[in-house]
Amino acid sequence: MTMTSSWTAVCAAADIPEFSGAAALVDGQQVAVFHAGEGWYALSNWDPCSGAAVLSRGIVGDARGEPVVASPVYKERFSLRSGQCLDADEVSVPVYPVRVRDGVIEVGSP
Amino acid sequence: MPTVVVAGHGMVAHRFVEALRAADAAGEWQVVVFGEESRPAYDRVALTSYVDSWDPAALALPGSDYAGDDAVELRLGEVVVSVDREAKTVTTAAGHVQPYDSLVLATGSRPFVPPVPGRDLPGVFVYRTIEDLDAIRAAAERQGRGRRAAMVIGGGLLGLEAAKALRDMGLSPHVVEMAPRLMPLQVDDGGGGLLRRLIANLDVTVHTGTSTDAIEADGSRLLAKLGNGTELDVDLVVFSAGVRPRDDLARESGLDVGERGGVLVDATCRTSDSAVYAIGECAAVEGRVYGIVAPGYAMAEVVAAQLTGTTASFPEPDTATKLKLMGVDVASFGDAHAATEGALEVAVNDAVAGTYKKLVVTDDGRTLLGGVLVGDAAEYNTLRALVGRPLPADPGALLAPAGGGAAVGVDALPDEAQVCSCNGVSKGALTRAITEDGCDSVGKLKACTRAGTSCGSCVPMLAKLLNACGVEQSKALCEHFTQSRAELFEIIRATRMTTFSEVVSRYGTGTGCAVCKPAVASILATLGNGHILGGEQAPLQDTNDRFLANMQRNGSYSVVPRIPGGEITPEKLMVIAQVAQDFGLYTKITGGQRIDLFGATVDQLPEIWRRLVDAGFESGHAYGKSLRTVKSCVGSTWCRYGVQDSVGLAIDLELRYRGLRSPHKIKAGVSGCARECAEARGKDFGVIATEHGWNLYVGGNGGATPRHAELLVSDVDTETLVRTIDRFLMFYVRTADRLQRTAPWIEELDGGLDHLRAVIVDDSLGICEDLDAAMAKHVEGYTDEWRGVLEDPDKLARFSSFVNAPGTPDPSISFREEREQKIPVLLGVPEVRR
Repeated sequence: MTMTSSWTAVCAAADIPEFSGAAALVDGQQVAVFHAGEGWYALSNWDPCSGAAVLSRGIVGDARGEPVVASPVYKERFSLRSGQCLDADEVSVPVYPVRVRDGVIEVGSP
Repeated sequence: MPTVVVAGHGMVAHRFVEALRAADAAGEWQVVVFGEESRPAYDRVALTSYVDSWDPAALALPGSDYAGDDAVELRLGEVVVSVDREAKTVTTAAGHVQPYDSLVLATGSRPFVPPVPGRDLPGVFVYRTIEDLDAIRAAAERQGRGRRAAMVIGGGLLGLEAAKALRDMGLSPHVVEMAPRLMPLQVDDGGGGLLRRLIANLDVTVHTGTSTDAIEADGSRLLAKLGNGTELDVDLVVFSAGVRPRDDLARESGLDVGERGGVLVDATCRTSDSAVYAIGECAAVEGRVYGIVAPGYAMAEVVAAQLTGTTASFPEPDTATKLKLMGVDVASFGDAHAATEGALEVAVNDAVAGTYKKLVVTDDGRTLLGGVLVGDAAEYNTLRALVGRPLPADPGALLAPAGGGAAVGVDALPDEAQVCSCNGVSKGALTRAITEDGCDSVGKLKACTRAGTSCGSCVPMLAKLLNACGVEQSKALCEHFTQSRAELFEIIRATRMTTFSEVVSRYGTGTGCAVCKPAVASILATLGNGHILGGEQAPLQDTNDRFLANMQRNGSYSVVPRIPGGEITPEKLMVIAQVAQDFGLYTKITGGQRIDLFGATVDQLPEIWRRLVDAGFESGHAYGKSLRTVKSCVGSTWCRYGVQDSVGLAIDLELRYRGLRSPHKIKAGVSGCARECAEARGKDFGVIATEHGWNLYVGGNGGATPRHAELLVSDVDTETLVRTIDRFLMFYVRTADRLQRTAPWIEELDGGLDHLRAVIVDDSLGICEDLDAAMAKHVEGYTDEWRGVLEDPDKLARFSSFVNAPGTPDPSISFREEREQKIPVLLGVPEVRR
């Protein structure tokens, strides 16, 4: 479905419990991988609102059904699907493709 | 630019300046205020509470220094001594001559001291200013050992206030009143009789129906001879036999004065000179002087309105009074003495319950004229507002004990009824603010109308009015739960659910969010569900709780080991220093008497904890919505002034409540004497040592809106103290809103501090046993959260920088040096959001 040429295996799916995230290094970039119950998502780990690489440590939940992570610094919410910030229209973060193969999570190039 | 000069800076003068500046946004008037005292206007009505803290700031009136307002010049310590009405100038004691276009006399009253021989002796005081109280305190402390005694001359409102202050200073007060009963102006014989009995139970000796004939010096003490032959051997004497208007300036400048004193003014508060006004206690409005603040405020508003081009005149004053004297409610309103022709009295004197209630009604029994309430004044606000209006029920039914009686609801009030008498705000004005101006909370109503901003007794009615107007004050936690935090607490407690997924699927919607997840996690933790990172709990926690450290702005964390009471050995200090050095951590002493180590990355945290835990430290919960520290002064073990071991108690309390998860952080303090070096009254709960035990204060905080804690119980022993704090904390944890600290929680309790005291001291809800058991369970179940991680490989595994490259340091975290320590380098400068 995605047109990514290279995938990087980051960890076993079992390493990230439901409704939580983990940071991974993918081609030198910090990526936040999330397990949102219904599926897996990956965003840039860098929180543009605080300037800290921390999104993987945010609380995962939903806003009116949209899966979101809330930054642990100032609590802005980001859509896990689109990377759009729900609390500031002009802010968004890059989204990475992610898939699970044989119980292993793989992250692609954005 | 015209100038208005204000002579005097008390509460009424301050209200005048505020009202004028509010109405005169363009700054047409230049305002010059001369205040006799060295400090700006303060809350003299609350003067007695100064004894609780000895902190003048606790009485401060907001904005009374007019900082930043160029239109107001406040000259303190400068008293106006003469007025030249011809030249339109005033002259101060320092010889400064100030021209005016309008002059407002707000010189207040002076205490009345009857011509009793010996009234000039050292050790004889009046009761009016902060300085008076400071002088009384100095005298009280100068005396020798043993229980000291004091005499108060005057058993009116002020005299009983003075007696309370003296009692709080540790003296045994005698109150001497000429009239046959206490508070003769406000209450009748029935109410006075009950009041006397209730006051006598509080270690105050009452002498009524007798004069004071002489005061004589007797060594370092005073001997007072009463008209009835009694001789009182006391350490000091306080006159509080009423006040007299300070009208000297008016007399000397040829202005008319009232027959019984006071600057004579008409209903617009104008004197016999159209350029001069008088307001407050120095004014005699159409001949009548008012000794309470509410009519004074009305006068201030009247003059401010006229100076800004609107007409206004002094409204029918409300002289209703409600106060709490040493825990005894006393209220009177309207025609309390049934002076109206044909007036009938309906009274219920319940000696067992300790309450006396009287309503004065018209001869047909249908219209309320006034009343007296002693012992329980809960219905004061509604009854007062009903004066002059038809009663909603038979007077007898209205006085029946709670539950059986016909309650007077806010619906029964007509629109013109004053809900806030301090600020003259009617029910109609409040209703309009709610329905037309969109005020949908008590806070907004206060800001918009000023109702409830002075004495606060009408605040519960504001909430009821909001409800009556159909404004639902939503307590829903977030979009996933319609319940409030308190409701969720009870649900989880009753159902014994242990996971968020169960709670949200049964009682909420969706998958939760950053609001409800930590709230439920906190409730689960309070109810004792093991380690906060155990089971499914870890993903619910805010990052601080999840990593058991405090996230800083660059994504690194700070680590705070517990140092109970701030007491630490040199050996432990060296361990902290060594850990900080080895991990390159920035170190800072916190406000809570401990040491914060900054700049740790996620993967370093367990290594740091291991070093600390091995040396006997544990988590200080600096990251949690939980008990932070119990700050202490050095106490009686070292301090020359300490009367109890404050450090020992602080350590015991900190160890008792450590790890207790709560709606917000909890801070505490213990001071070893009334000097209060631990700043306990700025804490959620603060303990101050007395010679007889401990005083417990609750509901204080620093932060954006500082609040002083208020006295909950006094002179209790340690066991009672701890039991009371147990219940206070557990009741707070169960019923407060998310992120609601103790001060707003108490403020929003229906009945406030009195209700809190009823619940946790008198067990009015019958829940104390349950609260005690819950706290006992907490104390027994406590374990160190850091150790819990170190001993569990699964939990430890979550403390890595990168899931696919554990051990690789986070490249986004870097530091530079400042003042010989490292500080974070920020990647890009974030706009700090709130």
